[in-house]
Amino acid sequence: MLDVRSISKTFNPGTINEKKALSGLSLHLDPGDFVTVIGGNGAGKSTLLNAIAGVWPVDEGRIVLDGTDITSLPEYKRAFLIGRVFQDPMMGTAPNMQLEENLALARRRGQRRGLRWELTKGEREEYHERLKALGLGLEDRLKAKVGLLSGGQRQALTLLMAALRKPKLLLLDEHTAALDPATAKKVLELSDSIVREDRLTTLMITHNMSDAIRHGNRLIMMNEGEIILDVRGEEKARLTKRDLMDKFTQLSGLQMENDAMLLSK
Amino acid sequence: MAAYFASLNVLKLLRSMPGGIAQGLIWGLMALGLYITFRLLDMADLTVDGSFTTGGAVTVMLILAGWPVWAALVIAVLAGLLAGLVTGLLHTRLGIPAILAGILTQLSLYSINLRIMGMSANKAVSVDKYRLLLSSRNIPASILTGAVFALILVSIYYWYFGTEQGSAIRATGDNPAMSRAQGINVDRMKVLGLAFSNGIVALSGGLMSQYQGFADINMGRGAIVIGLAAVIIGEVIGGALLRKYINFYVTLCFVVIGGVLYYLVIVIVLWLKLNSNDLKLFTAVVVALFLALPYLRVQRRSSFAKLKKGGGQNA
Repeated sequence: MLDVRSISKTFNPGTINEKKALSGLSLHLDPGDFVTVIGGNGAGKSTLLNAIAGVWPVDEGRIVLDGTDITSLPEYKRAFLIGRVFQDPMMGTAPNMQLEENLALARRRGQRRGLRWELTKGEREEYHERLKALGLGLEDRLKAKVGLLSGGQRQALTLLMAALRKPKLLLLDEHTAALDPATAKKVLELSDSIVREDRLTTLMITHNMSDAIRHGNRLIMMNEGEIILDVRGEEKARLTKRDLMDKFTQLSGLQMENDAMLLSK
Repeated sequence: MAAYFASLNVLKLLRSMPGGIAQGLIWGLMALGLYITFRLLDMADLTVDGSFTTGGAVTVMLILAGWPVWAALVIAVLAGLLAGLVTGLLHTRLGIPAILAGILTQLSLYSINLRIMGMSANKAVSVDKYRLLLSSRNIPASILTGAVFALILVSIYYWYFGTEQGSAIRATGDNPAMSRAQGINVDRMKVLGLAFSNGIVALSGGLMSQYQGFADINMGRGAIVIGLAAVIIGEVIGGALLRKYINFYVTLCFVVIGGVLYYLVIVIVLWLKLNSNDLKLFTAVVVALFLALPYLRVQRRSSFAKLKKGGGQNA
């Protein structure tokens, strides 16, 4: 489904702030793969997701998604294939537009936006149903401005928007990191059910090792712009936090006390 | 002092009100143009000072060349679209900050407008010789024309910004990152918005030149501030009068009304025999006040100043 072929990215090349964020990274995802991504700060997790989403062009390598080489496509054109949820709950929705307007924008992702009315009656009923399924009472607030919602509600809405047009790839960039624990749990459960229901191919970054172990069928660990660990299936199911920490020490050569800091529980 | 008040004639004020309404409606149309960039795209577009004059210059020159008024206005709108397009491309393709891009286009338009007017700073068009849409000689008809234009424009806005493309423009102004993630070509939407905005500003310039009977190289000076005044006054008054019942259509109507109210204030100020050279200063102060109002209102509810000794309990 997704084929990342030895991509590299260096920020601020030739300056004192030069930072090699990705170095020849390759990654292959099968259809329906739900991959959790862990790694310390600056390991290149978000950089990998941004490279795939097309926030900026990569220096080297190709990115192929669902048979299409998207390496040279700008961000807004890749949106046709990719759904995204950001870390910042404010980033994924338009605060001064209504809930239903936000959903209608997402419904037309990757389509030509012409002079038809932004929202049809049938759509409104569909949105009502889908919001009801979230169980947050949002279905009665279709006309409310999204800016009035809480962070968790906005993240749930963003998730729904990302999946509204079944994407070939769903990118979740620490999308629960800014939420309180209870809300984070709820949004994660929601992510799980949406991914499962539509069998979405998914990459999810998390800082939380338990979440990384509990969710998805595959786990990758990154360090210094490379994938240093890739476990899947049975092996992943048996993983413990202890294993992960040991592996991290062993593979990255960093000290244990450091790891505990970098990879929070 | 007594002599000053004795010299003020209330009847004279009443007589100058209709003319103020007519001009206010035209500035209200201009404010509708500004609304796209200022409110929907969340950028200050200084192109308008130039494109307002462009609209007036093109209209007058084409009418003088024997064109029918409606055709002259259509070309004026196209000229405005082009001006907005230039600003948009400077901003999106060349990475120039929006405010500077607007200033550059506005500056270049000064020369271009002079060329359009055959290198003269002022071109008159007489209502006696040409069939104009509106004129200060026939104020009731001018008010009607202005109001019809405003209603048509507000209706077009209501429709367009409710379409897929229109809501993509609104989303671009509201949250560009989200818009890109939803597949919206943010740069194109900005260019579109800037073009539309300046097209409408040029239209109002074309109407203004007919109303006053001439196009002048300086007629657009400070247009952005007058437009902002109209938008803000309209929003504040509309919000205060209707509170929750305000929707997009009503807001737009109030923007036009804001233009009228602004101009009526100017009429009163002139009637009070203030020096007309001080008008721009007056306008700037009014706009600064109205722009500061929302901020000050929040400050009053919560501010550091209140936490000074003894002030804390009075919240």
